[in-house]
Amino acid sequence: MIQFESVAKTFTTGGLPALHDVTLSIAASEIFGVIGRSGAGKSTLVRLINGLERPSSGRVVVDGQDVGAARPADMRALRRRVGMIFQQFGLLSSATVADNMALPLRIAGVPADARKARVADLLDRVGLAAHGHKYPGQLSGGQKQRVGIARAIAGDARILLCDEATSALDPETTRDILSLIADLNRDLGLTIVMITHEMEVVREVCDRVAVLDAGRLVETGPVADIFLRPQAAETRRLLAQAGEGHADHADFPGRVVRLTFEGDAIAQPVLTRVARETGVDLVVLGGHIGRFRQGRYGQLTLGVTGDAEAAVAALATYGAVS
Amino acid sequence: MIDFDSIDWSDIGQATLDTLAMLSGSLILTVAIGLPLGVVLFLASPGQVWANRVAHLGLSLVVNLLRSVPFIILLIVMIPLTVALVGTSLGVVGAIPPLVVAAAPFFARLVELALREVGRDTIEAVTAMGATTRDLVLRALIPEAMPGILAGITVTAVALVSFTAMAGVVGAGGLGDLAIRFGYQRFQTDVMIVTVVLLLILVQLLQMAGDRLVRHFSRR
Repeated sequence: MIQFESVAKTFTTGGLPALHDVTLSIAASEIFGVIGRSGAGKSTLVRLINGLERPSSGRVVVDGQDVGAARPADMRALRRRVGMIFQQFGLLSSATVADNMALPLRIAGVPADARKARVADLLDRVGLAAHGHKYPGQLSGGQKQRVGIARAIAGDARILLCDEATSALDPETTRDILSLIADLNRDLGLTIVMITHEMEVVREVCDRVAVLDAGRLVETGPVADIFLRPQAAETRRLLAQAGEGHADHADFPGRVVRLTFEGDAIAQPVLTRVARETGVDLVVLGGHIGRFRQGRYGQLTLGVTGDAEAAVAALATYGAVS
Repeated sequence: MIDFDSIDWSDIGQATLDTLAMLSGSLILTVAIGLPLGVVLFLASPGQVWANRVAHLGLSLVVNLLRSVPFIILLIVMIPLTVALVGTSLGVVGAIPPLVVAAAPFFARLVELALREVGRDTIEAVTAMGATTRDLVLRALIPEAMPGILAGITVTAVALVSFTAMAGVVGAGGLGDLAIRFGYQRFQTDVMIVTVVLLLILVQLLQMAGDRLVRHFSRR
């Protein structure tokens, strides 16, 4: 659906961060996350997809259209198939909720009665049926983002770009918005590209994720691989800073091991069983149990006193030990 | 001595009409010219759709030049141009071209400022919908900036009222001219008071109407 072929973007004057040699392919109907610290080039990357920025070199191909080479009319046609939502929502404060949702239809020249019917559908779809006549200033942040989402998909978009779409929302609202986005992906087969600095967002809804660091793509893969088995040092640093990785426990007097387990193992009494069978003592130094879109996982940092080798061997039957 | 008996009320009436004619004529033309000019200034500014350093700098320079010429000078310097435009440099009609030339750049700046208040996300969102620049301006920028634009029209209208006082130089008449000729030069304090009070009422009405409109269009 979306291909980046050796894409570089440089700016002559300040503005957004640059990108260097990014090659990336995003499949139809997947939820693709892009993580990285601020200034890594995430915004630049997502803006290349709908032509808000054009590549300095390389090609960006979206739904068969070479974005860099698109003429103005082609670009507008492409943009009507690519919705986008923003951290600050980007709604028209002077228009009602219904008029905000109708704007892309109006721009696309949809006749008034069809527009009205579509807006009624959209209001239902995002759970704002009772709020169509209100102005954005009268809505909560979560409701504003629902308007943003409805507006983004109003013209039957095939792709939804999310630029830090939940970063201005509280955790509960974030979860609501993410589940709405996941529903849209499931029901409409939307291809979704999410850029965010919030690791939980990627963990909860994305299928695959790319890690950007200083304008370079350092790693791409399924969410579980990137979060549990990061290969690049930059990824490990990023995860550690977000509290997702594991801190050092150099002061622990015994052996420190890290156990990563997914799927069925999560429901088993791993620690007590290993302790009983091998006679070691286990101290939980850190870790968490969580959920990816594809299933649950756990990652624990354990301090082992006693026969560490036996304990490691026993733990290894439940998951990956490092 | 102040006694209001010696006032020629028909003079005052004519002057009021002249002021209103100059104000409404020049305000309509100022908005008609200044609004597009302000939009172009905004669109040509860095980071916007027509971002063009040379065009923005050039336009800015012209706007600033016109804003920095004292109105009384502009009124005289423009006489040949005024004659070419409207056939005369005298009277209410002769005053309108210089009034517009003085006020339009000022108003254009206010429009540019009002447009800058429109959020970056909003502009990107509308662009990302596949909007043409025309859609962007007419359906997003101007509606969003409407309160600021209306406030700008109000400020410009009040400035025009004070500019009209100098239009007496070209025989345009008006309340300001009356205040200078009778109130100041002939020491008719009563005329001075009446004209100033009428100007005050006019400015106050303009300001109140403007504030009301701004409030009506504010949704933030």
